[in-house]
Amino acid sequence: MWTFIHKLGSPPWFFRFSGTLVRWLLPITVTLLLVGAIWGLLVAPPDFRQGNSYRIIYIHVPAAVVALAGYYLMAFAGAVSLIWRIKMADVTMRASAPVGAILTAIALVTGAIWGKPTWGTWWIWDARITSMLILLFLYLGVVALFEAYENKTAAARACAVLSLVGMVNIPIIYKSVDWWYSLHQPASIKFSGESAIDSSMLYPLLLMIVAFYCLFTVTLLLNMRAELVWTHRESGWLKQLIGDS
Amino acid sequence: MHPVRKQRLILVSLVVVLSSAATGLVAFALRDNINLFYPPADVVAGKAPTDRSIRLGGMVVEGSIERSDTDLDTTFWVTDYEASVPVRYSGILPDLFAEGEGVVAEGTLDESGMLVATQVLAKHDENYMPPEVAAALEGKTASQGQPFLP
Repeated sequence: MWTFIHKLGSPPWFFRFSGTLVRWLLPITVTLLLVGAIWGLLVAPPDFRQGNSYRIIYIHVPAAVVALAGYYLMAFAGAVSLIWRIKMADVTMRASAPVGAILTAIALVTGAIWGKPTWGTWWIWDARITSMLILLFLYLGVVALFEAYENKTAAARACAVLSLVGMVNIPIIYKSVDWWYSLHQPASIKFSGESAIDSSMLYPLLLMIVAFYCLFTVTLLLNMRAELVWTHRESGWLKQLIGDS
Repeated sequence: MHPVRKQRLILVSLVVVLSSAATGLVAFALRDNINLFYPPADVVAGKAPTDRSIRLGGMVVEGSIERSDTDLDTTFWVTDYEASVPVRYSGILPDLFAEGEGVVAEGTLDESGMLVATQVLAKHDENYMPPEVAAALEGKTASQGQPFLP
């Protein structure tokens, strides 16, 4: 276990390991996304009140769930980077920010598209939606802060502090609909007790959430590999590895 | 663990705990502003301001919607099962607006305590089901679904 974690911190080992992982995970992700999308968009029944417009849930909820989880990963990598000063943790943190930003943007845009016909408005400053917008700015802030520094070690340290401070936003987003009166409805999927969404609609949704987790992982790994190739472009191990294949 | 790293770990934990505490206090202090709307009970009790625009949220009372024959004027009552407030609105209502469903109306209170709304939004609940299941539930229990307000 510990040797595995130590190996993860080594760029050449990680580069080879992630290459194998992506080769397996990419086809799985594409399959899951296709099956989930077809199941959700064509097979699942329409909703009794919203008709077919509810089907945007199959993009909106997975994107939002993974955007929140991705932030925890980024903050965790930031903490590891601050405490143990591991270069690979910096790379993980740096690579997860743009992916998380895109997922947050997808959640916001699909929510607006759904909100117009359902609620009657594109946008409202309710607790859930506003805190989600803050999440987008936090992700973009990490990207911008990293680019603002010439010295990348200092950049990583500043970004790690920003991600850790912003971490409090995640439980706020999650609980906002329970803590305050909001226009956004409470969660339909419940960890304990019966979900408020019928199982014929729930299963494709859970599949899409898994698919989005895989998509996040693949995108993150590819992003990290690109970063490694750039920072180690002069290193012997990379030239050797590229020469081999 | 190396003492230097241990120290950094404590520092990182402190950053997270203190920033969370600060945000928590701010959110607690601003809770009235973070709430999107007033429940009818608060409006009836006079807790909502009458000199500026407010939002009112609750369920549309069954059988309370009255539509004008000549224009778009609609009046209905909004309740949280403790108190009810009448609302007048002139405009196009969202598709999901219906009796017994959630609604958020923005407007000002007049002297009689009626909300003259400038915007009415439908609040969708968290229940998703196919039409057949909804029909089956309808047959079993007249009023399915959880109360809208805590």
